[in-house]
Amino acid sequence: MNEAHQPITLPEGSIEQQTTTLNLGPTHPATHGVFQNILQLDGERIVSTEQTVGYIHRAFEKLAERRPLYQITPITDRLNYCSSPINNMGWHITCEKLLGIQTPKRVDYLRIIIMELARITDHLICNSIVGVDTGAFTGFLYVMQYRELAYEIYEEVCGSRLTTNIGRVGGFERNFNNTAFTKLEKFLAEYPKVLKEFEDLFNRNRIFMERTQGTGAISADRALAYGFTGPNLRAAGVDYDVRVHSPYASYEDFEFDVPVGNTGDNYDRFMVRNGEMWQSLRIIEQAYRKIQQFKGAEAEVYHAEVPAYYLPKKEDVYTKMEALIWHFKIIMGETAIPKGEIYHSVEGGNGELGFYFISDGGRTPYRLHFRRPCFIYYQAYSELAKGAMLSDAIITLSSLNLIAGELDA
Amino acid sequence: MVFNKYNLKLFSTNNMSLTNERIQEKLVEKFGEVVHNFSESHNMLSVEVATNENIKVLQFLYDDEELGFQFMTDLCAVHYPDKTGQELQVVYHLHNLVKNVRLRVKVNAPIDEPNVYTATSLFPTANWMERETYDFYGVNFVGHPNLKRILNVDEMDYFPLRKEFPLEDQTRIDKDDEMFGRGGSLLN
Repeated sequence: MNEAHQPITLPEGSIEQQTTTLNLGPTHPATHGVFQNILQLDGERIVSTEQTVGYIHRAFEKLAERRPLYQITPITDRLNYCSSPINNMGWHITCEKLLGIQTPKRVDYLRIIIMELARITDHLICNSIVGVDTGAFTGFLYVMQYRELAYEIYEEVCGSRLTTNIGRVGGFERNFNNTAFTKLEKFLAEYPKVLKEFEDLFNRNRIFMERTQGTGAISADRALAYGFTGPNLRAAGVDYDVRVHSPYASYEDFEFDVPVGNTGDNYDRFMVRNGEMWQSLRIIEQAYRKIQQFKGAEAEVYHAEVPAYYLPKKEDVYTKMEALIWHFKIIMGETAIPKGEIYHSVEGGNGELGFYFISDGGRTPYRLHFRRPCFIYYQAYSELAKGAMLSDAIITLSSLNLIAGELDA
Repeated sequence: MVFNKYNLKLFSTNNMSLTNERIQEKLVEKFGEVVHNFSESHNMLSVEVATNENIKVLQFLYDDEELGFQFMTDLCAVHYPDKTGQELQVVYHLHNLVKNVRLRVKVNAPIDEPNVYTATSLFPTANWMERETYDFYGVNFVGHPNLKRILNVDEMDYFPLRKEFPLEDQTRIDKDDEMFGRGGSLLN
């Protein structure tokens, strides 16, 4: 008898066990990232889940302890990579706050344009993925070309697309060129129609509503207890938004609404994100109008005057000794960071992204902790999925907007 | 779908301001010596609490009507190897969402016996954050329902974010990697 014909021996107790164990992930196409969930199933109902995280842990906090400020920016890219410009700017704003740098208004408005574009790209990925998981692929493909357009705008501003490493402490590395503004105008002109059509596909679609309403719901109390922030908290009915509560980058100059839901289910999360995309468009339009009002020398301002932390122009670095010295001093982290302790947060794509930065006066942070919204709210998933159908739990997973890069740091 | 106006209806009902001085006054009045080392940086008040009293203080901050710090924003630890007897510091960031005030609470623990009471009964969100803190700093959260490693592998037998583990020396020359290494072939 060869080995293939040996009788199968079952693990002890596996016949008596009333539930089925299912490993969802770590690499399952439906989880959209590296997540492992060990599910106990009774038929198709989930009895319990156990999440395993950390598959792409890259020790960001440890790395940051040996890196000067600019070398930390690329680390922040790789947190929530669907909206890296927000992370980059959140980090730069934290540094500016610690260093006591005041940014000019034009810089703030340019930043807001980029951050709100990033919020739109983040939300449109999340929402269209919720669509894909409910069986509607069209929306996903349709909006993707506008993410492409937004990425082209980043490209004009900083040269890269996904992990942007955009900006500097004090502002941007270069002024926005005309192509960037032309593309922005195109985005503002065309995207509302597309978003409207996207909403028409989903919002009152009976299949979509029945799949998402009442699934993955969380009450406002539980959401707060679990430390939810961002669209997930607002979908549960709490209108906490960092942009309004503790405005940064001159968000106080803008007129916008904070969409809130009331049931905290998958449908409300979807609707809140859609609402936020409209508000982001409003903010971008206002910011663009404000930028056009700057005339003469003011219209050329794209960074604060902080030679000790702002990298000199490349052509000066190649031709002037002083600029070359400053360039190296900044790149090699020869400029000391003043002593201090600061917590600063921004409204990221999926919640409050915080930076807890302790400096002991050296070249690198003594301690840098990222408050990563994903990591904090993913622990509620057990509660959200318990008792749900397996296929609903998949939608819950994507509508929470979990990004593995941010979760695992 | 409800749209709230910019001015936050939900939060404007009880908009009495809460100053850092008032928080300090209330804490000192209630706990006396237990709370110490008040400091303020960038408008956020920071307070250190005696190791075994952290839950009492957090509970008071949570329950008190005027203070109402009912949202835990963040929890992490910091390692200070030079502070003998209190090498590890657990830092809680609390937020009163109604009055929009933030507070930082710190608890020190010796590295030989890093025992700190868990905040999970008060804030369910502390569960994973405490696991992460245990994972990287080895802080033993007494009473935690499931204190095991979260981001690192279970077999790991050290706490990597402690300062005694330096990152790789950037000037090492024992690596010979044509594409990425330093030293090695360059020296030949």
